[in-house]
Amino acid sequence: MNPFTLHRPSAIDLISAMLASSSDPKFLAGGMTLLPSMKLGLITPSDLIDLTSLPAFGEISNEGRRLSVGAGATHAAVANERRIRELCPALGRLAGKIGDRHVRNRGTIGGSLANNDPAADYPAAILALDATIHTDRREIGSSDFFRGIFETALDEHELITSIEFEAPERAAYAKFPHPASGYALAGVFVCRGDSYVRVAVTGVGSDGAFRLQELEGKLEAQFEASVVDTIDLSALEFFEDRHGSRAYRENLVRVMARQAIAEIAAVDGA
Amino acid sequence: MTRIEAVVNGKKVTKTVDDNRLLVTFLREDLGLTGTHVGCDTTQCGACVVNIDGDTVKSCTSLAAGANGCSITTIEGVAHGERLHRVQEAFHRHHALQCGYCTPGLIITAIDIIEKAQGPLDEATVRQELKGNLCRCTGYQNIVSAILDAAEKYAMSSVSKVA
Repeated sequence: MNPFTLHRPSAIDLISAMLASSSDPKFLAGGMTLLPSMKLGLITPSDLIDLTSLPAFGEISNEGRRLSVGAGATHAAVANERRIRELCPALGRLAGKIGDRHVRNRGTIGGSLANNDPAADYPAAILALDATIHTDRREIGSSDFFRGIFETALDEHELITSIEFEAPERAAYAKFPHPASGYALAGVFVCRGDSYVRVAVTGVGSDGAFRLQELEGKLEAQFEASVVDTIDLSALEFFEDRHGSRAYRENLVRVMARQAIAEIAAVDGA
Repeated sequence: MTRIEAVVNGKKVTKTVDDNRLLVTFLREDLGLTGTHVGCDTTQCGACVVNIDGDTVKSCTSLAAGANGCSITTIEGVAHGERLHRVQEAFHRHHALQCGYCTPGLIITAIDIIEKAQGPLDEATVRQELKGNLCRCTGYQNIVSAILDAAEKYAMSSVSKVA
């Protein structure tokens, strides 16, 4: 790896001085994407600001059904957190399927969202949950946050501090993972509340994760897996690669959507 | 440069390291603990897995400087003198190592799987938990058998730790 200077701030208000004294700094959370990218020489920051020593950076709390997940919460923490299991178990199960157990012990929700990999799992959840992204400067709504592959609304050196959302009545995430990487070839997150259904898709969009509004409307009228067969995906921008053609990925989206809807319907019927 | 104080296999270690030093390099080259292996060097294979503060971590994708204040267990720290750890014994008994290259990471992982198991382990759970450890000899069947065997013996014993 290229040489760099590591900073380990013990408080968030110490970060601005560290940024000011660095020519090309980057935030380091779990490092599960950043460090491999640096080892490959894809990025060569002058300084790394390690966020893992910040107090309460990974704290998970709730007020009633409103959950707040600290940006530094590891995937393992989200998967095992009692409040998440009780209020939004689908998010816990999603976190428990990211990467492998060693990666989940390090990778963080904030890091995943800031990176916005088009095949990452969390973006689908954040869109479907209509979560609010809190940063050190402002709040960003989920619909404004994702700006295309590996691009977000974050300004330079803006830091995600937490993610907040209202736990839906029901939610489910179905994912078809790439067998080697574990990333989603297609992942569909469905959540349903009193008067709404939200559906978001990851792993297939050439602009990253997206909401599937046509399906949302149809599911609000009739919450059944068969509705998936009636939606038209042809206008959506899909990417194709050696792992899957457009037709293959379109079909995967339908299959994953049906699985997620059926999972919710099964809970309804239980 | 960062000065780190850590506990490695129960011994206190104080060293100054380059900020870009990887934890696996630090363990192997600075401390001479060459049991932890580098396999893929791309966060896939798990040959470099060590236990940090009670969690399994890929040391090829961790900074040595980040280990300041941590307690680290490597494969060199699991046996009791001449007596193998119960999980090592099970691997030996079941012929769960072929070339042996992935074994250190697998032993560290297996111990953690067994210690954190809530209730009896089954094969499906063990295979799921081993997703981050690759064996290029494909010796998984015996690896899984060894872990299930060690877990069963652990459950029958009265000690609170896998030993």
